[in-house]
Amino acid sequence: MINEENNKEMKELLKQAITPVKDTELRRDLWPQMLRKLDQQHSRVPWFDWALAAILSAILFLFPGAIPALLYHL
Amino acid sequence: MELLERFAAGDLEAFETLFRQHQKEVYAWIVRIVRDSGIAEDLTVETFWRIYRARQRFDPAAGNFRAWARRIATNAALDHLRHARRETELPEDLPCVASEDSAVRGETRERIRQAFRELPAKYRLVATLALIEEEPYNSIADAAGISAALVKVRVFRAVRMLRKKLNSFGVEVAAK
Repeated sequence: MINEENNKEMKELLKQAITPVKDTELRRDLWPQMLRKLDQQHSRVPWFDWALAAILSAILFLFPGAIPALLYHL
Repeated sequence: MELLERFAAGDLEAFETLFRQHQKEVYAWIVRIVRDSGIAEDLTVETFWRIYRARQRFDPAAGNFRAWARRIATNAALDHLRHARRETELPEDLPCVASEDSAVRGETRERIRQAFRELPAKYRLVATLALIEEEPYNSIADAAGISAALVKVRVFRAVRMLRKKLNSFGVEVAAK
């Protein structure tokens, strides 16, 4: 009961400083923005792919003899 | 195949249909939490991006897409409140009651807003929805993925924190 009264009092106080949002209508279609985000995320290379490429480059730099073996297996 | 099944299988057209059906509702929910139309638009897109990524976890047979979307939207808004708490202010163009005989005047209003934006994100979320937007506890609980009892506890704690903060700012709020 006391909680309810406290909430009510705080609610009144808050509402004088922060009013409820009246305009909640979306004014434009967000699908084009969504498509852009999908495209960006699809074309982004994950960090672990970069890490793998870096490790492979380092191995090939340190052991150039491995290049023919790698090409054979590809 | 039904729309939700096609969506869960990764069909982009099905996703577009769902996006167009639900974007207004998701936006309307988020803007009530973050109180800024530009941020709410970005978070609506972020919400649907999360929905698209999680499509394989959605069960079309048992699932309620609307409720699922609202929960993801609430999490996206909560993440925003967590990251933006210190940097952003409540939008200045929010309409305020500003009559001469108002008990709460300019400076006091600013202190109330400051105390409010200093609330931890999870308390600010429930306080915004319960105390300002007057959303029922059950609805907040469903959206936040917590029990109605926990919503009540968080509202109680938010009120206590606000009272303490306001008293420290010199705004007298009597405890009952």
